[in-house]
Amino acid sequence: MSTVGLVDYGIGNLLSVARAFEHEGATIKHVHTPEELRSCDRLILPGVGAFADGMKGLWSRDLVEPLCEYARAGKPFLGICLGMQMLFDASEEFGEHQGLGLIPGRVVAIPAVGIDRRPHKIPHIGWSPLTLPPERSTWESTPLQGIRYGEPAYFVHSFTAAPKHEPDRLADCHYNGVVISAMVARGNVFGAQFHPEKSGAMGLRIIRNFLAL
Amino acid sequence: MHNVRIIARLDVKGENLVKGVHLEGLRKLGDPREFARRYYAQGIDEIILIDIVASLYERNSLLHLVERTTSDVFIPITVGGGLRSVLDVQKALRAGADKVAICTAALKRPELVREIAGTFGSQCMVVDIQAKRKAPGQWEAYFDNGREHSGRDVVEWARQVADLGAGEILLTSVDREGTAKGMDLELIQKVTAAVPIPVIVSGGVGSAEDFTDAVNVGKADAVAMAHVLHYNHQTVAQLREHAIARGVPVRRFDSAA
Repeated sequence: MSTVGLVDYGIGNLLSVARAFEHEGATIKHVHTPEELRSCDRLILPGVGAFADGMKGLWSRDLVEPLCEYARAGKPFLGICLGMQMLFDASEEFGEHQGLGLIPGRVVAIPAVGIDRRPHKIPHIGWSPLTLPPERSTWESTPLQGIRYGEPAYFVHSFTAAPKHEPDRLADCHYNGVVISAMVARGNVFGAQFHPEKSGAMGLRIIRNFLAL
Repeated sequence: MHNVRIIARLDVKGENLVKGVHLEGLRKLGDPREFARRYYAQGIDEIILIDIVASLYERNSLLHLVERTTSDVFIPITVGGGLRSVLDVQKALRAGADKVAICTAALKRPELVREIAGTFGSQCMVVDIQAKRKAPGQWEAYFDNGREHSGRDVVEWARQVADLGAGEILLTSVDREGTAKGMDLELIQKVTAAVPIPVIVSGGVGSAEDFTDAVNVGKADAVAMAHVLHYNHQTVAQLREHAIARGVPVRRFDSAA
């Protein structure tokens, strides 16, 4: 079955991601260097924690340009959580920080109040249903193929990506009425704000779909 | 409203799942891995695994168990018990934990909360607060499974750990723990109103009604349960059905998904 590169840039915990992909039959290869990255045909950029730390981890390992090259080569690329946020142009988390710029848009704080103007808990933690964004007509031929509208996935985050172009939104969710970009897609580049590796059977299905792209 | 999380709490001693009253008087219930798998299959939202003797004996027997228990359970796992440093947390994460729950070490040195949140992210840092009622409307933070008292007021401590960067609070009522006589709703109300971060409540759930009361009355963001689940008084599906009947939003789950 397919070999998947898992970018290891010194941040967060790769074990859960590796286990979930291995459960679906993938062989995981940890990627630390530009050379290792260039040999991949399928790539995951995981990550939790702060945006600036994540980008620093990529810069210090000279992985930023190789990641962009990889994405331009048209091969399947999935960013998870912070890994999705880093696909964007920039983030406002603890100051202004530049991202990979693979998907136009910015990463901003989740609004501190719900749609009813009442304060809600931050981080957004828990299982939120995925919905089809207004500009999308289907999840066919994407990692969400076969997932039912309204199927919940596990989220934990305080910041959220705001794609500049509506068609880049693959799935949304709502946190007390606030629209959150749950998944993005631009060609071969995908990002999931939720954790497929922690979303039970539906998450494993998404991983299986990604492996079949 | 956001979905409330239904969490299974597995207290372990050595290799065994145990259940006690007031965090003492332990009874062995079996292999925690089997319980974790059962709850996962039933659609539990998360699992909390606490080594209840690690902190007492200043040792950490947890890692092997975490590795075994988490290998085929694809939902968030929080691990606690005896973790004292950034290095301990790193080991727990490498064994398969997604978050860590810290009680004693945080009370002894609150700055540890900031260090862990700074190193691994707030999403990983759960502060375990063991609350014991001292006077009407007043609770003190305990540690070592409710045996030792810290002198800290629970509500003040909750505010402080939120400021230090904790991502969540696990609030356990020592008075109600293991009694199945209902949760300390007043305590839950006080803490959930005091902090901007999610609060997982634990201790005293004996029925599905106790669970929904914690949400509807106490405004809990998540409820961790042991007794009702371990003794099969309620399945996760029954809890979910009851929640919906009481207007508490929970994750939709179909075992066929």
